[in-house]
Amino acid sequence: MDLDIAPADEAFRAEARGWLAAHVPAVPLPSLETAEGFAAHREWERRLAADRWSVVSWPREHGGRDASLLQWLLFEEEYYAAGAPGRVGQNGIHLLAPTLFEHGTDEQRARILGPMARGEVVWAQAWSEPESGSDLASLRSTAVRTAGGWLLNGQKTWSSRAAFADRAFGLFRSDPDAARPHQGLSYLMFPLDAPGVTVRPLGRLDGKPAFAEVFLDDAFVPDADLIGAPGQGWQVAMSTAGNERGLTLRSPGRFTAAAGRLAALWRETGGTAGTALGERVADALIGARAYQLFGYAQVSRLAAGGAVGTESSLTKVFWSELDLALHETALDLLGPYGTLADDADEAPAHGSWADGYTFALAGPIYAGTNEIQRDLIAERLLGLPKGRR
Amino acid sequence: MRFLLTAEQREFVRSLDGMLTASGTPAVARAWAAGEQKPGRELWARLAATGVCALAVPERYGGSGLLPVELALAFVELGRHAVPGPLAETVAAAAFLERLGEDAPAEAWLPRIAAGEAVVSLCAGGPYALDADAADAVFVIESDTVRRTDTHGPVQSSLDPARRPARPLGGGVLAEGPAVTAAAAHAVEVARLVTAAQCLGLGRALLAATVSHVKQRTQFQVAIGSFQAVKHRLANTLIGLEFAQPLVYAAALAVAAGAPSAGREVAAAKVAAGEAGCAAARTALQLHGALGYTDEPDLSLWIRKARPLRDAWGTPADCRARVLTG
Repeated sequence: MDLDIAPADEAFRAEARGWLAAHVPAVPLPSLETAEGFAAHREWERRLAADRWSVVSWPREHGGRDASLLQWLLFEEEYYAAGAPGRVGQNGIHLLAPTLFEHGTDEQRARILGPMARGEVVWAQAWSEPESGSDLASLRSTAVRTAGGWLLNGQKTWSSRAAFADRAFGLFRSDPDAARPHQGLSYLMFPLDAPGVTVRPLGRLDGKPAFAEVFLDDAFVPDADLIGAPGQGWQVAMSTAGNERGLTLRSPGRFTAAAGRLAALWRETGGTAGTALGERVADALIGARAYQLFGYAQVSRLAAGGAVGTESSLTKVFWSELDLALHETALDLLGPYGTLADDADEAPAHGSWADGYTFALAGPIYAGTNEIQRDLIAERLLGLPKGRR
Repeated sequence: MRFLLTAEQREFVRSLDGMLTASGTPAVARAWAAGEQKPGRELWARLAATGVCALAVPERYGGSGLLPVELALAFVELGRHAVPGPLAETVAAAAFLERLGEDAPAEAWLPRIAAGEAVVSLCAGGPYALDADAADAVFVIESDTVRRTDTHGPVQSSLDPARRPARPLGGGVLAEGPAVTAAAAHAVEVARLVTAAQCLGLGRALLAATVSHVKQRTQFQVAIGSFQAVKHRLANTLIGLEFAQPLVYAAALAVAAGAPSAGREVAAAKVAAGEAGCAAARTALQLHGALGYTDEPDLSLWIRKARPLRDAWGTPADCRARVLTG
């Protein structure tokens, strides 16, 4: 057992650090959840991609560096330590791309991955519906066969990034007569500006249009944009659900960087150990280190031939609660400045703590609520009997 | 990087777990609590035979150490089986004597510790030495002075009846000066590490016992483990333990490497494992209901250990302060 970083991995880390030091904008980009900020973040994705830093773990043919998972973790540590911008392309990169690598066709990979890596096509997710949140398999939007493809009808909602994104992916009921709700679903991709698609931006808690409702009225999708077989959508989506809940959506680097900034803030605000706030700062440092080490153990298991399964539910609960506790502590340290909104002139750190707090409030909800995750942990890892949700 | 136990380490853990399972540790712990040390000393000898005691002692004194990773793994198992006695104290005393660099006490005690012949307690920074009445020697460190004594005040009962603290009394000075202070800091670090490991193992055992209980305990015509309130409490317990474990392993690696970050890593591991073990005890108590609040079932041995272990060798507050020193 060791935690040693091999020379090749150290060299990779150093190269990433050097590039980031030279390219990360000195002043943070405008909020990702505004039209102006979205465009600025899209441009940042293009710069990352130009030097092959946008998707380091992908194969070279799709714009990556064939980096190992450990190298990806190290890249993420460097990325967030450098204070680099949030990733506008992340829904595509971390949710759709793993699905395409596992279930897509060569044609789909060749057509979709490059523009995704360069930020030319930004993807939104279209899972939830007004009546289907945690019980996603109850979804009602339909895909009906037509010549050369499918006609989509229904309503998707709380669709992250859909207000400004180009395309979306999601599940649709293609066989209404299937015996069980999880059967008869198909995984389809569609343009958000296609005829029959109406996008209505939704304000998140702070009013920024971070997600949207998507109305589908006979929107056409060609066969080429079906992933996997018709009716197999649930299996296709769930085979990579671990990606969303686990390491790849919220890499440990985010939290080690944020905990480091919190400790710096605590020192700046005259921090004394032994106080209630000091203890919470210590807990943030401990939690971030625990998650980092858990990640190292996970990539070690994968490298030794293991798989990521339900343990991604452990990870999801852990990082979402860590993120919230960390930002709540920051707001407490900032006192009267803590609750200034991120667009207030006098908001500390360009409002990043306030914005991070608002964002963290969503963590226990998205990617499968923490209540659902705890059910999965109890049933699949501890072997407890299934009960009513 | 391969942050996973090796095949040898897994085998070591498996064989130790098997030996302890076969040793009937609950009866040993109850005897120890009653002041009958014979079963505990016999178990100690069996532990020494598996090489556990030697892990804290360098080769030139008949040991195989100091091997912090293997020590941590061993102490997870000692915690899992609620083994009584001044285990952390003996290991820490060995680390102290080795680091002190004084030949006479090292030659006198380290070979006997490695062989499992000497049970030793250590008092550093607090009023009590654990299980002083059962120890062959007590080392007492006060600022830059170390004494050895074999007399002590009356045994104080504690919330874990198998922990029997007493005030060390008198004794002769063994050494003084900055070497004592440095060796003491090292010893406390080792004691804190293995106590964290014990907390982790204790928590694992409590979780396993509780999961098995809620699967078979039926109320309202169903297993209580099918209720969400029960499931979520157990899920939280597992999360606490799963994220404490890598901190314990990383702390052991840092101590092994003599890394400058070792003190901080050990403190972080102690906070996480201590709190996770204590939370597991609260969960076990709550989900066993009145049965859990009863002395007779062996579960009580584990529940009662959790809180004293969480506070031993660095309370969570002390350890959080250590984490913040950067």
